[in-house]
Amino acid sequence: MAQDTQENLPVPPPPAAGAVPVSAFRRLLGELRAAALSAVWFSVLALPLVVFRINSASGRIDYLWGRLPRLAAAAFLATLTWRFLLRRVGFSRVRRAVVEAGGPPPEGARGPEGSWLTLLDRAPAKRAILAAGALLLLSIPFWATPYVVTVMITALIYITLGLGLNIVVGVAGLLNLGYAAFFAVGAYTFALLHANLGLGFWACLPLGALAATLLGLLLGIPILRLSGDYLAIVTLGFAEIVRLVLVNVGFTNGPRGIRNIPPPSLLGIDLNGSVKPLLVPRGLLHADMDLNKVFIYFVILAIVALTVACVFRLENSRLGRAWLALREDEVACQAMGINRTRAKLTAFALGSTWAGLAGVVFASQITFINPQSFTFLTSVMVLSIVVLGGMGSIPGVMIGAVVLILLPEYLREFSDYRMLIFGLIMVVMMVFRPQGIIPSTRRVYIYRPEDHAGAPAGDALPPEGARP
Amino acid sequence: MSGPAPGDPVLSTSGVTMIFGGLTALSDVNFRVERGSITALIGPNGAGKTTFFNCLTGIYRPSRGIMTFSPEPGRSIQLRKLAPDRITRLGVARTFQNIRLFNNLTVLENVLVGCHSRMKAGLLGALLRDRGTRDEERAMAEFSYRLLERYGLAASANHVAKNLPYGAQRRLEIVRALATRPALLLLDEPAAGLNIAETRELDELIRFVREREGLSILLIEHDMSLVMSVSDSVYVLDYGVLIASGPPAEIRRDPKVVKAYLGED
Amino acid sequence: MELFLNLCVSGLTKGSIYALIALGYTMVYGIIALINFAHGEIYMIGAFTALIFSMALGALGLSGWGLLLACGLLAAVYCAMYGWTLEKIAYKPLRGQSRLAPLISAIGMSIFLQNYVQLVQTPNFLAYPDLIPPLPFAGALSGVATKSQVAIVAATALSMIALTLFIKRTRMGLAMRAVSQDPTMARLSGVNIDRVISSTFVIGSVFAAVGGLLIGCATRQIDSYQGFLAGMKAFTAAVLGGIGSVPGAVIGSLILGFSESFAAGYVSSDYEDVVAFVLLILILTLRPDGIMGSATTQKV
Repeated sequence: MAQDTQENLPVPPPPAAGAVPVSAFRRLLGELRAAALSAVWFSVLALPLVVFRINSASGRIDYLWGRLPRLAAAAFLATLTWRFLLRRVGFSRVRRAVVEAGGPPPEGARGPEGSWLTLLDRAPAKRAILAAGALLLLSIPFWATPYVVTVMITALIYITLGLGLNIVVGVAGLLNLGYAAFFAVGAYTFALLHANLGLGFWACLPLGALAATLLGLLLGIPILRLSGDYLAIVTLGFAEIVRLVLVNVGFTNGPRGIRNIPPPSLLGIDLNGSVKPLLVPRGLLHADMDLNKVFIYFVILAIVALTVACVFRLENSRLGRAWLALREDEVACQAMGINRTRAKLTAFALGSTWAGLAGVVFASQITFINPQSFTFLTSVMVLSIVVLGGMGSIPGVMIGAVVLILLPEYLREFSDYRMLIFGLIMVVMMVFRPQGIIPSTRRVYIYRPEDHAGAPAGDALPPEGARP
Repeated sequence: MSGPAPGDPVLSTSGVTMIFGGLTALSDVNFRVERGSITALIGPNGAGKTTFFNCLTGIYRPSRGIMTFSPEPGRSIQLRKLAPDRITRLGVARTFQNIRLFNNLTVLENVLVGCHSRMKAGLLGALLRDRGTRDEERAMAEFSYRLLERYGLAASANHVAKNLPYGAQRRLEIVRALATRPALLLLDEPAAGLNIAETRELDELIRFVREREGLSILLIEHDMSLVMSVSDSVYVLDYGVLIASGPPAEIRRDPKVVKAYLGED
Repeated sequence: MELFLNLCVSGLTKGSIYALIALGYTMVYGIIALINFAHGEIYMIGAFTALIFSMALGALGLSGWGLLLACGLLAAVYCAMYGWTLEKIAYKPLRGQSRLAPLISAIGMSIFLQNYVQLVQTPNFLAYPDLIPPLPFAGALSGVATKSQVAIVAATALSMIALTLFIKRTRMGLAMRAVSQDPTMARLSGVNIDRVISSTFVIGSVFAAVGGLLIGCATRQIDSYQGFLAGMKAFTAAVLGGIGSVPGAVIGSLILGFSESFAAGYVSSDYEDVVAFVLLILILTLRPDGIMGSATTQKV
């Protein structure tokens, strides 16, 4: 795994007549040798940590030699796969380089790379899928178990978070590693306003979003002249400050957190008392279902729909293009007359708004919050969603959230490995598919000839390179 | 051909000096671009040409000196201490020595970004997408498309910018700068990396831009045949000091210029 | 007065540990402009491997200076191997990509290593033995500094001297300086960039291992999360001093160590960890190039 693969791009071996199978065989042998070497290397590397296990009860070392063969086998297979994939990525990079050097440009503007998933973008298919998806999502509470609804609420909360962070990271290119802080502000705004002033969900939803936005502005103004890595570190540090303040300040009740956060109310109707008896006998609702949860589900579903609409409109607007330009090249962006600071600030603050919204819903769903829910890992989780799905891509973020939230729920036996796998996904995605599962695509503008019938003729240069 | 109107500079600088640490990159540069002219700034590598551009466009703030920009006759603006985006909005657009397109946006979107300062839609407009915003979007997309058409790039309007051939990328950078509707266009080594045929096309393109868009052009260039053919007047910078200025024919014969380029014998 | 003196000593100790970790950050950043997010994890792995070897070798009858040196050496070798492998897997394939990609990969690696140690060892705190044998001259400092504090400061000072000599006197040190000045020119002059980058990771990891071993002996406990916070703070220190600058990293670490120590002593120990982050935000907004950093002009 630790070889110089991406520099040794597969050069076809010299054509020796009749020797093709031999060279293929030799290459396979080489691959196996490299994999075996790497298995040895990783066995040695893992020796003290994996095999020599500290037994804190006896104060001695347990020697778990049985772990070694499994580890070596895993390293062997992983190396083979890794080298194979790296080779393929190497190929496509060469091809791209040829295109950039003046080869024929690909058809249309299908993003940096096409993939079968981008078929979703074809209009009729897209509509059908959207409609089916919407129907499915709307019907879930009426046939699923309470557990499914709870998990779906979490997934939808993370979709909201992912879409919000996507504005900051995917569209504007500002790496925010402290997104959990804004999520926390939304949740705590609701919890505190309810505990102290008795305000309800609907009053707190905009207030939580507002509080998060204001915090985003407050942090954004001093730090936004930083770029790239430094910005990432400062946002991380800022989130840690927010968390430490929540732990240490008196009125947030410290690590013990705040309890009894209410669900949203629907015109003051007692959902479980009056509506539920109407639905359950007709088979329209699971008998153990908490209708308040169902209502939260619909609320967050509506928020997601609203978010998707907003993000889509933003992306294809003057403001969205300014963010994209900022991501692509800050200097050129300014040279287009775009106020860099203002563009950064709006992206940063607007991203925080959605974290605030999601925070209020989150607090109302789990009814109890403490600082433990808003650590760096929460930020990483949201970032993984954006990265895995595809930076800047709305369907990508949705798929990313579904994969990262739902998979661990249904693969309980792997739950210990959850964070390990997250870490691995981030590395593997960056190495092999930095554009994500569903890469973002750019809008295609179509012109009908009558649209510019009045264009003055004979007043244009011929197409580039068309002259002798 | 409109030709330069003497005594009406679109840009004039006096005493522009730029010091980095202990290094004087520009020293007391007095410079004029007549309205409607194509003016060239030449000089050996490291003479401070790009630094001068960066001062004009607000990326650097000169240590001393005045830079006056006059978008139209009778109006003049001090450029010093203005931010780069403000300077662009006033009517100074530029291209870059190493092409800086928005690589992952389409060709049309690159031009649309250039239209940024002439559009109004803000956050609310984007979210509500009211009639005004929609009309504006359509008008600007149309404008951008026509601009691309005018400069022979319409066929690749929906291509991602980084996939364009090199020469087309250079051209797109110029079109994108034009989309900001400048009164003065700064071209930083537009012929760098072009072959002879492409350079000839560029010569034509620069003249065409001046005629068609009615603006003034200041260009930094190494390609002497291009400079001599296209420009109305030439300034020569060496070690941050202006050593000569005048019409191309005079500059070609100026012994100081010859010495700066060929070294002392 | 005694409190003040104690705070000074603890500040100096903390600063020394931060310096050992900060070196890794600053050297890697100097060479390839990457925040090696997983560096804190290497430090944590250093503490764990040293503990494991001390138990294994202790059971074989090794003790005193022999045990300390053997553990230190083995931890250093293992951290070097981890650092080397880390670079090959998570960073090398990403060279030449956008700046976000390696940073995200680094964060992923950090999470991976943290959870890897947690899974194969334990998520709980482990008691750490005091591996440092009695120092002959430590008696004179009793009441002011503990034995492990003396050891930490001394070991850090020695490491710094060794590193300075390495950078100034060896061919590899020269190559490193060349690459950090101008990678393209360095390559054209025949410097093997890959080897320089690998060496940088190896050297940074060795210092982190030393730091991990010493902090274990000083705090007498470790867990798999300790690398993250320590790494963040060490990075802050590196930025404070001007990232890319080796003496800057040391000075920044000492400033951070002293500030934390005094904040804990005179304000409240609850906010000890906030100090680093507040300092980080202040420095980056007020003087992004750090104390020793040189102002760089943007190339256009």
